Amino acid sequence: MTDPTATATANQKLHFYQKGTFTVGNRLVPDTERSVQASIDRSNALTCGHRACQGCGEALGARYAMDAAMRATGGNLIAVNATGCLEVFTTPYPETSWQMPWLHSLFGNAAAVATGVAAAMQVKGRKEVRTIAQGGDGGTTDIGFGCLSGMFERNDDVLYICYDNEGYMNTGVQRSSATPPTARTATTPAMGPEPGNVFGTGKSVPKIAVAHGIPYVATATVADLHDLERKVMKAMGIHGARYIQIHVPCPLGWGSASHDTIRLARLAVECGMFPVFEAEHGIVTSSRKIRRPVPVAEYLKPQRRFAHLFKDGGDSQRLGHLQAIADRNIVEYKLLEPEEEAG
Amino acid sequence: MLKQTEGSHATAEAIALCRPEVICAYPITPQTHIVEGLGEMVRLGQLKNCEFINVESEFAALSVAIGASAAGARAYTATASQGLLFMAEAVYNASGLGLPIVMTLGNRAIGAPINIWNDHSDAMSMRDAGWLQLFAESNQDSIDLHIQAFRIAEELSVPVMVCMDGFLLTHASERVDIPEQAQVDAFLPRYEPRQVLDPGEPVSIGAMVGPDAFTEVRFLQHYKQTLALHLIPELAAEFSGRFGRNTGGLLRTYFADDAEMLVVAMGSINGTIKDTIDEMRADGFSIGLVNIVSFRPFPTEALRRLLAGRKHVVVVEKSFAVGMGGQLANNVDLALRNTPAAPQVHSVIAGLGGRSITRTSLHRVFRRAVAQPWEGAHFLDLNEDIIGKELHHVRKVRRSGPTAENLLRRLDQAAQHAAAE
Ligand SMILES: Cc1ncc(C[n+]2csc(CCOP(=O)(O)OP(=O)(O)O)c2C)c(N)n1
Ligand code: SF4
Ligand SMILES: [Mg+2]
Repeated sequence: MTDPTATATANQKLHFYQKGTFTVGNRLVPDTERSVQASIDRSNALTCGHRACQGCGEALGARYAMDAAMRATGGNLIAVNATGCLEVFTTPYPETSWQMPWLHSLFGNAAAVATGVAAAMQVKGRKEVRTIAQGGDGGTTDIGFGCLSGMFERNDDVLYICYDNEGYMNTGVQRSSATPPTARTATTPAMGPEPGNVFGTGKSVPKIAVAHGIPYVATATVADLHDLERKVMKAMGIHGARYIQIHVPCPLGWGSASHDTIRLARLAVECGMFPVFEAEHGIVTSSRKIRRPVPVAEYLKPQRRFAHLFKDGGDSQRLGHLQAIADRNIVEYKLLEPEEEAG
Repeated sequence: MLKQTEGSHATAEAIALCRPEVICAYPITPQTHIVEGLGEMVRLGQLKNCEFINVESEFAALSVAIGASAAGARAYTATASQGLLFMAEAVYNASGLGLPIVMTLGNRAIGAPINIWNDHSDAMSMRDAGWLQLFAESNQDSIDLHIQAFRIAEELSVPVMVCMDGFLLTHASERVDIPEQAQVDAFLPRYEPRQVLDPGEPVSIGAMVGPDAFTEVRFLQHYKQTLALHLIPELAAEFSGRFGRNTGGLLRTYFADDAEMLVVAMGSINGTIKDTIDEMRADGFSIGLVNIVSFRPFPTEALRRLLAGRKHVVVVEKSFAVGMGGQLANNVDLALRNTPAAPQVHSVIAGLGGRSITRTSLHRVFRRAVAQPWEGAHFLDLNEDIIGKELHHVRKVRRSGPTAENLLRRLDQAAQHAAAE
């Protein structure tokens, strides 16, 4: 089999894309490199009939991620799910959308439960069976953070996927440590002299994961599903602790149109707010370059959670602050520098 | 094999004989020696085919055990006190999911004030969490109950907590009989889970359940505990046949046949109570004992049969629900509900935070139950003097400071005063 990683990188260099999507279209690549989702052999690990909102980025991201992991492991996969939208909309009793072994325990323990599953497989001599933990940003960057860090530090054989929709959506859109500054949530209302979420220090869990020195860390986005699949497949080819954070717009929580999910995810990347990168063993190895740079305002404006930034002539000071955050990402992750030629 | 060893080590050896496949370890006194012992056995290859995982919290410890158990491995962990509280959410989760995890609780008080010594407040805090709770009287009991715990857990698909008194048992060196591996293997078959995560047969476990079925799910959980009321004595009998030792099943009695007064207690205090009973019976006092081995499920029927027709029941327990009274006493009361000519129930709270329960105090309180019965809970050996002073101080001074520190200072002053005299 060809190494899908190498080909995907080569594809990126070609800079060709389907009109309007910026992703490498299946019709333009050879059969072997087509997306997992395009194959009739895909596992449909997360099948239809679930109760996610229309245009839910999390449902989309999870479906692509799981099917890619299922392909990478030949279906030998067990998923552990933290409490949150993904858990709730996929398993309304007595139905389930999961066509794979799936366990939900609690909100803050998915990483630890997955460690237990992986340990059981090890001790049972079923080393071919791999384990994924998944949860929302709240379940990952806040309440599940201790368990996550423990799993990283022990280098347990678990891939943890965080679906980052920048808030506690399942409980009605409250602020999490992944909520961007100024965003309106139910607990950071758009009121007062500085409406929306505060400018804190930020909390980049991907970076914290990199600091653990684990074998593989990546960020991905539903705006580039081919890249997402590739990263999940790559992660499943590695043993030890791995982490992927997927940016998944939430129409309900963000106050955006259902049909804008992919567009917003793409704008988040193109403005520098959501850097897409990969790291191995503590070192950032590559980042996805911005193809058509846009100001952060272009990303923020279609979302009602930022509407107060654009009222009455606009809050230029705080928009400037947000732009500065994006600019810092662009420098830090070299998002505008030309792709280095592979040696 | 007979040997003189520390309770924690004896317990660790018993657990190793049960061939656990995943052990999650997190330190907390007085439980720590158990997992340390197991860790050594795994390192030395004495305990084979076992993943020993050093986790970052008790919450993770039980969560790892949940994952392992749901994936078909025999899982074990141990904790105490604050550790049990820290894992509380997972405690309920494990039983709700019906996972046969076995956990040792090295019983210890709960803070604040922080206190590392023995009482039963930790076990009582999780009494309604859906776990079975078995209490060891001795280190031999701890060994024997742990072996039975795995079997009970796996037959019913429920988690079991084996409670052993911190320090009094965990750190006490006693002569114990450690069974042979072959004996344990014959008693405890391989773990065949009822539900398991397996790519060959994918199931979803832990789905959301609404009002349409939640009551039924809970009822079945309750029903399992009623099944345990039969299974525990059955397995105790089988165990006794194979190992020659009887753990009593749900409860054990001592001179209970003819006694007008029955004492009810749990754990290691039963030893002291038995000594006291011997002395009192020698004085012609009609007294006996019911040692509750299984607090969950609570042996309501068995207890009612035993207690009905007695004059006095004295419940001695190392925990109480603040503002309400002793949990064991409340449960005993419940067992006697609607019983004609029910005995008088006297509640004694004793041994909190490791305070010694002396035979002298027990003598006094058992006699007092007849001579001067009290209402509500009686706190054994309560230092009423410093309580009075503190209450007076609090009434007088608005910013009266932290209670625990005030009491300690008063005790210190009293000691200095006594030394000066
Ligand atoms: C210990 C605990 N605290 C709080 C909750 C309530 N709760 C359930 S889901 C959720 C929000 C989940 O947010 P996130 O992890 O970001 O996932 P999302 O729903 O956004 O996908 C919260 C707060 C809970 N179930 N358990
Ligand atoms: S609230 Fe957001 S994350 Fe949850 S199902 Fe709806 S779109 Fe998806
Ligand atoms: Mg979220």
